[in-house]
Amino acid sequence: MRPATRPRRRTTSPAQFATFAALTVTAVAAVTGCAPQPESPVAAPGASASCAPGKLSTEVPGKLTIGTDKPAYAPWFEDDDPANGKGFESAVAHAVAKKLGYGKDEVVWQTVPFNTAFAPGEKKFDFDINQISISDSRKKAVSFSSGYYDVRQAVIALKSSKAAKVTTLAGLKDVKLGAQVGSTSLDVVNDVIRPGQRPAVFQKNDFAKTALKNGQVEAIVLDLPTAFYITSAEVPEAKIVGQLENTGGAGEQFGLVLDKDSGLTSCVTGAVDALRADGTLAGLEKRWLSEAADAPVLK
Amino acid sequence: MEKTDGVVVEDVYVPSARRLERERHRRARTRRATAVAALSTLATAAVLYLVVTNSPGWPRTRETFFSAEYARDALPEVIDGLWLNLRLLVVCGAAVLVIGMLLAVARTLRGPVFFPLRALAAAYTDFFRGLPLIICLLLVVFGVPALRLAGVTTDPVLLGGAALTLTYSAYVAEVFRAGIESVHPSQRAAARSLGLSNGQALRFVVLPQAVRRVVPPLLNDLVSLQKDTGLVSIAGAVDAVYAAQIIASKEFNYTPYVVAGLVFVALTIPMTRFTDWVTARMDRRRAQGGTT
Repeated sequence: MRPATRPRRRTTSPAQFATFAALTVTAVAAVTGCAPQPESPVAAPGASASCAPGKLSTEVPGKLTIGTDKPAYAPWFEDDDPANGKGFESAVAHAVAKKLGYGKDEVVWQTVPFNTAFAPGEKKFDFDINQISISDSRKKAVSFSSGYYDVRQAVIALKSSKAAKVTTLAGLKDVKLGAQVGSTSLDVVNDVIRPGQRPAVFQKNDFAKTALKNGQVEAIVLDLPTAFYITSAEVPEAKIVGQLENTGGAGEQFGLVLDKDSGLTSCVTGAVDALRADGTLAGLEKRWLSEAADAPVLK
Repeated sequence: MEKTDGVVVEDVYVPSARRLERERHRRARTRRATAVAALSTLATAAVLYLVVTNSPGWPRTRETFFSAEYARDALPEVIDGLWLNLRLLVVCGAAVLVIGMLLAVARTLRGPVFFPLRALAAAYTDFFRGLPLIICLLLVVFGVPALRLAGVTTDPVLLGGAALTLTYSAYVAEVFRAGIESVHPSQRAAARSLGLSNGQALRFVVLPQAVRRVVPPLLNDLVSLQKDTGLVSIAGAVDAVYAAQIIASKEFNYTPYVVAGLVFVALTIPMTRFTDWVTARMDRRRAQGGTT
């Protein structure tokens, strides 16, 4: 049996339709008519940006905002506090700030996870210092200052393991290796060592250290200063097996990361170059990073 | 067959004019509704498209998130990593169903003698449902090898799978328990009065009905497990999402993430359709007065 009355089908009344159409038109008008947000200040080509001390167009006027990840690891930072000027990168950042005319109290530190340092959109920092290696493909997404540190990669392993006795690159081929994601160490593993089994890739060096202690990886590849720090202070039962030759023409360098085409790039690069020329960078290296000379080179 | 005026008239159905008119009207209304829906969909799509492409940061966003070149580079790596996700999904999924069912049965056992079993099962589900999965993974993946137990694996994938199984068994046990408790007590009573033992009543009467009722939420948990398999990468194993992250952080481009996301969605959609189909079939059977 059918019910006597059937429910009315829902249809769009002309009034509803008109309302919808009006809304649509308004939305389109609003979109096409809205003024684009101003992008970050871009230096006009040809015109040299004024690098007058303390007069830069920074994120927060009158302050220099510097980003780095948390936790901030030794020997690059100390006590997880980038503002204290201790540790190599903290010292470099403050030296650069000083060159640009910003004293210690005019520097603001921001926590910037590695993965957001290269996100498009507005940056919350003037530059980011986080052991980030300069590469051509990365230059498409961000701007780099000139390099402030020449990186060498090293291999560490537990003293008791067979990996600790390796003396050649070929000897690392059948070792279970680990490296940190986003690091050039991982590229070294994949392109230079080319091990037989897939390397383990870790989010943080902390996980890599734990896996090394547990025997889940036999050796870790990382930059030499970190390798020295880990083997001397954190995992004394590990040793540096050796360092790798710096491959490529200019070698690998850490650079300061700025927003793509940021107007500050030339000023920051100028500051880094000046610090290199007057020997400040070399002095800071001597002070905060161990001498790398005594690690044998694996060939 | 009917006789009128001695002429035999074929009794053919001829729809009345009114009926034809009604059908015409209905068709017209349907057409109009479809047209309006299509138009409003088009308008919405156009607005979204204009909003996105006219935004000041669009060129850079397109380059960073939708770069064809990086997508081509990333796809083989992501698919390679996906193999790990799928293996984990199959193995953990099977283990989770078995353990979850055992826990649910343990929790619904009657009789005072089973109290310790019930209490243990309840404690287990409470604990592992409350423990954040990432912490469970960290403890199992890095904690177990630190114990240096002889004969226990240190393979991060196996340990990660174990951690996933621990957590998801607790979820699935609760789903099964809800199903068991939703079966009307009269079913059990009827089975017992027919001479089935408690165990037989559970096995032949209660569980079949319970499982059938909870198929949709079970598949929901399975989809969720499929996405969480990627978390085992915390110990260094490379799955689809992690493969994308490795490329993204090397090249400073987010396209690999988008590729990995789409691959996962493409995997989940068939599963969702399958869930809908199972549910619809069950509804049909129930509507035909079959057993639920």
